[in-house]
Amino acid sequence: MTFEPETMQEKEKITPEHVYLNRRNFIRAGLVAGSTFATGLAYRVFNPPPPKEIATAEIKDVKTTVWAAEKPNSFEEITSYNNFYEFSTSKTEVARAAADFVTRPWTIEVGGLVDRPRVFAIDELLSFQQEERVYRFRCVEGWSMVIPWIGFPVRRILDEVVPTSEAKYVAFETFYDGKTGMNPDVKLPEGRNGMQSSLFAGIDFPYVEGLRLDEAMHDLTIIATGLYGKQLPNQNGAPVRLVVPWKYGFKSIKSVVRITLTDREPPTTWNIASPTEYGFYSNVNPNVAHPRWSQATERRIGEFGTRPTLLFNGYEDQVAHLYDGMDLRKKF
Amino acid sequence: MTFEKLLVFINAIVPLALLAYDGWTQRLGANPVEFFLRTTGVLALIFLVLSLAVTPLRKMFGWNQLIKVRRMLGLFAFFYASIHLLTYSAFDKGGDVPAIAIDVWDRPFIAVGMTAFMILVPLAVTSTNKMIKRLGGKRWARLHKLAYAAATLGVTHFWMLVKSDVTYPALFGIAVAALLGYRIYAANYSAGAQGSRSAG
Repeated sequence: MTFEPETMQEKEKITPEHVYLNRRNFIRAGLVAGSTFATGLAYRVFNPPPPKEIATAEIKDVKTTVWAAEKPNSFEEITSYNNFYEFSTSKTEVARAAADFVTRPWTIEVGGLVDRPRVFAIDELLSFQQEERVYRFRCVEGWSMVIPWIGFPVRRILDEVVPTSEAKYVAFETFYDGKTGMNPDVKLPEGRNGMQSSLFAGIDFPYVEGLRLDEAMHDLTIIATGLYGKQLPNQNGAPVRLVVPWKYGFKSIKSVVRITLTDREPPTTWNIASPTEYGFYSNVNPNVAHPRWSQATERRIGEFGTRPTLLFNGYEDQVAHLYDGMDLRKKF
Repeated sequence: MTFEKLLVFINAIVPLALLAYDGWTQRLGANPVEFFLRTTGVLALIFLVLSLAVTPLRKMFGWNQLIKVRRMLGLFAFFYASIHLLTYSAFDKGGDVPAIAIDVWDRPFIAVGMTAFMILVPLAVTSTNKMIKRLGGKRWARLHKLAYAAATLGVTHFWMLVKSDVTYPALFGIAVAALLGYRIYAANYSAGAQGSRSAG
């Protein structure tokens, strides 16, 4: 009996050192490459590449009034950084999530304390004389933009329905109630993909907003139908939204489906969510600090530093008289 | 540097490299400062949670190799927290120290974040082998339990600053609570075991 041949075979099975080292290096290189790729992918989830530009129809016969001396922000900036919680709570994610939002047909129902309640179809609203209004837009989060809106004064609609003498406030409501479409004409994206639940958004849907009647009748208060000469992209509140340039951005409710005139102050979404942080008026005011952000300064999108915030967002001469005798610290 | 350390080091600088690349090519979105600030803050929390996960993972699964990279994970948490604080100081406050002090005083979420950072400073300073020796293992370990305080404050800071969607802060909160819960459980369990041993 001899074990020698077997021992020889076993010896041959042992991987030679240089092969072993090569294999080890190979595995290590694979680990480095694979894990680096995975880490990179994880980072990309937080910073996805910008969505494709969305082309919307042009709006013609526009009168232009410039209400901001500064250079407007780019179309790309305005359409890639949006707060629209029905789609996403991430500002950079909204454009993608709202891409399939269907906004035709669309109607706005106007009623409440009015003599002639009626429903406006989107085409009728687009047939009103459209004006370009270049406004500053100041978000309560401390950033701002300059936006060339297109639209018409809210007054144009209110004149048509004739508010009664009891009407003191105007309530606005957006399309999505978190359960079923309030407006049967509104089609949510297929399978509701991209729609945010109220639970995760942290605010109740539908989003509601309100103005005092005199604020709504003010010439600066507009229903926007577009920006940069084109109809509103979905992420900016297509097909029609409110724009109140002297108030924080959240007052400018998007994708409006209902306007109701009332005799008492209507509930407003952010005030319901946190009454100590967001008041009914929410006029831009550098002297009244938000509990979590300084409102004294703002970052203009496209700039690295900050700039001072202006009282009533710079529209003091036009709107300060609306609040004569009011304590703006209490009525914030 | 051992291979394990190299692997962690490379992966830990990948996000910074991508941030720098995206910044250079102007792809940080419409508000690059805000994006940079948020991303470095989240990265600091991620590395803090990873460093805290080392001990539970070793005890539960016997992955003792992880101890080799714990210091590096902790130091990367401090590294990203430092960039986070510097970005806030330089861009949000224009390097104005009195304005920062006022901000800390005025806004609780800034105060909480600043406290979390202040806790990380002595932990980073005492992370060297020399300092471990000088402090003695036990005292050093006790001091470094403060990492849990920093993580808790960091999550609180995140929670306080989001407007209404608390999904991400909640996920970090669950992670830190689970890790802390495990440590408390393990400490009581082993203390109980020791107690019964000494009784026997």
